[in-house]
Amino acid sequence: MNTISAFDVIGPAMVGPSSSHTAGAVRIGRMARALLAAPPCRAEIDLHGSFAATGRGHATDRALVAGLLDFPPDDARLKDSLDFAKEAGLSFHFQNCDLGEDFHPNTARIKLRSAGGEERQIIGSSTGGGRVAIVEVDRYSTLFDGNLETVVLWHRDTPGFLSKVTTLLACVEANIATIRTSRNSRGADALTVIELDTVLPEDCLSLLGKIPSTACLRRVPRQP
Amino acid sequence: MSFDYSSAVELLALCESRSLRIWEVALRREEIEQNVEAGILLGRMEEYYSKMRDSVREGLRIRRTSPSGLSGGDAAKLLAYSESANPLFGARFARTIAYGFAVLEHNAQFGRIVATPTAGSAGIVPACLLTLEDEGLLNSESAARCLFTAAGIGVIIGKNASFSGARGGCQAEVGSASCMAAAAIVEAMGGTPARACDAAAFALMNTLGLVCDPIGGYVEVPCVSRNGMFAIHSFEAAVMAMAGARCVVPLDDVVLAMRDIGRRMPRALKETSEGGLATTPTGLLYGSGQTFKR
Repeated sequence: MNTISAFDVIGPAMVGPSSSHTAGAVRIGRMARALLAAPPCRAEIDLHGSFAATGRGHATDRALVAGLLDFPPDDARLKDSLDFAKEAGLSFHFQNCDLGEDFHPNTARIKLRSAGGEERQIIGSSTGGGRVAIVEVDRYSTLFDGNLETVVLWHRDTPGFLSKVTTLLACVEANIATIRTSRNSRGADALTVIELDTVLPEDCLSLLGKIPSTACLRRVPRQP
Repeated sequence: MSFDYSSAVELLALCESRSLRIWEVALRREEIEQNVEAGILLGRMEEYYSKMRDSVREGLRIRRTSPSGLSGGDAAKLLAYSESANPLFGARFARTIAYGFAVLEHNAQFGRIVATPTAGSAGIVPACLLTLEDEGLLNSESAARCLFTAAGIGVIIGKNASFSGARGGCQAEVGSASCMAAAAIVEAMGGTPARACDAAAFALMNTLGLVCDPIGGYVEVPCVSRNGMFAIHSFEAAVMAMAGARCVVPLDDVVLAMRDIGRRMPRALKETSEGGLATTPTGLLYGSGQTFKR
């Protein structure tokens, strides 16, 4: 991560007890939640490293679930999020895992399913002071941190796809901060993550969704 | 025109060439980075300061113990001691420690705090700034500027090392907070940017090696008392710098040392509760979920 804001250092305002294990975990949960069209009804959560070792004392479980319910990090309901999840019809299961040395010690893998049957899997790391990094989406390695408006596109890896995307963004004068395409093999499916300096208008999002190669599109708002 | 920097040397060069203080460089950098007016950014910082003050106030009122039984009520005891007939070094000393305790006790009870830079180290900067405000050396407006100084120093640590206890141990959390607080104190006292960086270096240098071994994985022991103690530590560092004591190792090198030590620190001592205080007989007793009431 090459940029760090003064407000990454001071802040966020949050419910305790830990910026990485609580506030960061809320953000990871919120960002995972944003990748589904509808609220999740089932969550399988694997905790890696320090998340697994000291997660309970830091309320990491409650924080991740609070995020999946779209609570912000300073929401007092965090404390009772597991009860709120039951009310919201979200069932969840936690287990410890070892993702290996390549991942930050504060990492969670979250598999989500919505009532409509949509499924997503993300791996997110809490890198300190409440900052986070989503490093994997549906097994594509990627990188975005929730500090900017983000658009995630699942698409076929076809020539000219990115040029269509950037043309549409240029039409609404949206400035691209980063753009990252990941694929697991040539010419197959791919994932493109775009971080933007502005919020895209709805009609632009809808047009991005109409590019023939686009299979799915989600917006991950800038995180509080 | 860019106000971005990656080291204390670059930050001081910017201060020098543009005749700016550290908070001004940090603020301009933010203005460009976020494309938001300075007034709004200062307002946002002032709001954070007000939330910090609230967290101290709430914490000083705590009488009950936390769910783990490991903390709660000591901030109030320190405050009472500071108001007793003959507190050591006067009321000020114990009161500053009480402020550091208060934020962490509040944090341990699901209270709202401002991560500065983390939750486990969130008591240090507020304790220092509120102390200065008590002494009539600061108000909300100047506190916001001091917070930009603190953040400006924090940026150097964030870029070159880490704030994560899991990555760098407690030195990355409490060490960073104390480093930032020391610079903010010098700012409040009108010291030069170079002296602020010296204060930051003194503070961080003397937290090197601090491990993160919290009992039961709770952000309480030793975190609560450590926030009280390292608020005082920040004042010591600021005093050394303002006196002109020679800081042999510059801030950039201290940050590199912190990163190096963090990398070599065993995993058992980096927020896993697999060593140190956490695995002492006492640590294992409380970590096992057996709570106790005082």
